[in-house]
Amino acid sequence: MIAPFAGFGLGLRKPHYADFLEHRIAVDFVEVISENFMVDGGRPRRILREVRARYPVALHGVSMSLGSADGLDGAYLARLRALVDEIEPLFVSDHLSWTRSEGFSAHDLLPLPYTGEALDLVCANIGRAQDALGRAILVENPSTYIDFTPAAMTEWEFLDAICARTGCGLLLDVNNVFVSATNHGFDPLAYLDRLPHRRVRQIHLAGHSQGAELLIDTHDQPVPASVWDLYAHVLPRLGPVATMIERDDAIPPLYALLSELDIARQIARDGARAAACA
Amino acid sequence: MRLIDLQRDMRAWLMREDASAAIRIGENAAPGLRVYQNNFRSQLAACIEDGFARTRDWIGGEAFHQAVIAHVERVPPSSWTLDAYSRDFPATLAMLYADDPEIPELAWIELALAEAFVGPDATALTAFDLGEVDWDRATLRLAPTLDFGELTTNAPAIWSALAEGEAPPAVAYLPEPGAILVWREGDAPRFRAIDQLEHHALLRVRGGMPFAGLCATMVETFGEEAGITRAGQLLGQWLADGLVVALFTEEQAR
Repeated sequence: MIAPFAGFGLGLRKPHYADFLEHRIAVDFVEVISENFMVDGGRPRRILREVRARYPVALHGVSMSLGSADGLDGAYLARLRALVDEIEPLFVSDHLSWTRSEGFSAHDLLPLPYTGEALDLVCANIGRAQDALGRAILVENPSTYIDFTPAAMTEWEFLDAICARTGCGLLLDVNNVFVSATNHGFDPLAYLDRLPHRRVRQIHLAGHSQGAELLIDTHDQPVPASVWDLYAHVLPRLGPVATMIERDDAIPPLYALLSELDIARQIARDGARAAACA
Repeated sequence: MRLIDLQRDMRAWLMREDASAAIRIGENAAPGLRVYQNNFRSQLAACIEDGFARTRDWIGGEAFHQAVIAHVERVPPSSWTLDAYSRDFPATLAMLYADDPEIPELAWIELALAEAFVGPDATALTAFDLGEVDWDRATLRLAPTLDFGELTTNAPAIWSALAEGEAPPAVAYLPEPGAILVWREGDAPRFRAIDQLEHHALLRVRGGMPFAGLCATMVETFGEEAGITRAGQLLGQWLADGLVVALFTEEQAR
């Protein structure tokens, strides 16, 4: 089982590199997109080393493609392993989705049907990834725009099963739960209540946008009240977790993200106070 | 449906909006498929647009947009890194603009600079690092980020002007084809137009030719004194550029 880490952090984005290197920022960790640093050298890799010297770093990937029907990319795993060995990250994570199959890469987090076949395949891929990386990984719940029905199990049952079979942990993206629940008509509270809580090690908080037909997981907006409410609901059910604000686009000044992080801290304090009084 | 078949159908939908694939994916999947289609195309387009700003400046926004569409339709992405999707864009431009070689050459410069930026690290030697070198037995090791592209036009001058926000010169053809040399020194990618002589010299040195061998080649072309001088000038230029990262003898290489 992955050791828990309690704290509050931010996704590290290019506009804020100088802030993190020149000042002591009030976060417990930062998260980077693994693929941006899976390069041979140069300034990006140097900056990551400098950041790592100052803060714990979580590596969050988008291209591991745990749902690939034809298995994982060995060259990708080797590059990621080299980065893991250098950075010694807090966590290594990727998504319950597929991006690549038979030499084609969609560069998007594509949905999986929650079937027995998919479960066996995803578990095999997680096992291979963990062997290659020499550590357990966190798997993030996706936001999805297609609901494959009939399904053998719900998404939370699927996540429970992969944790039980592989020993992986979970990265709970609360915004993704809201987006998927809205798009597919399930109860987000029921989803959160039925997750394997003891497996959750990290939380993403983010915003979304209304598309023409569906809610879209754009990660380019402040965390909305609906997502804060879900966070407040699930947090007391979890053990120590690393919570972060994830903003991927329309990056605001750092102080805006730190203000959002303070909301998360306040929710955590309120929850702890309520539990103590109960 | 088997998972591999579902993934093949999704590929067919993303690449060519295959209607029969969409039906197999799911009766109610249409709104979601439109989201994934939009994500797919916009990601690839953004990758190209972000990577070739000078090329866009040169050919104009509308022409560039059409080139991006042509590229997305022609080239399915295959790498785990989105950065790799840019690698074939100069070739797409070469097809679209067969009579305008400065366009793919300009794009190649942009691509090569971006790749050098994240290439392997190395520290350049300077003249002060040379010490007592046995030049009869020395072989140069060149920067691992070194790359060459074909050059028939003044694309480097066009790039430089556009990068400075200045009016670019009109396209001009070189009297003889040469090459564009790209590498990184420290954090900074650099480029320089070179002639065929220097191009071939660098290829030989990168291929392991000892410096004495390079001198012999120059002597063969220019005669004893001029050949040695020319080899020395090349070495001086390469040291000044930060292209040389190590010197070793055959014994040290073993």
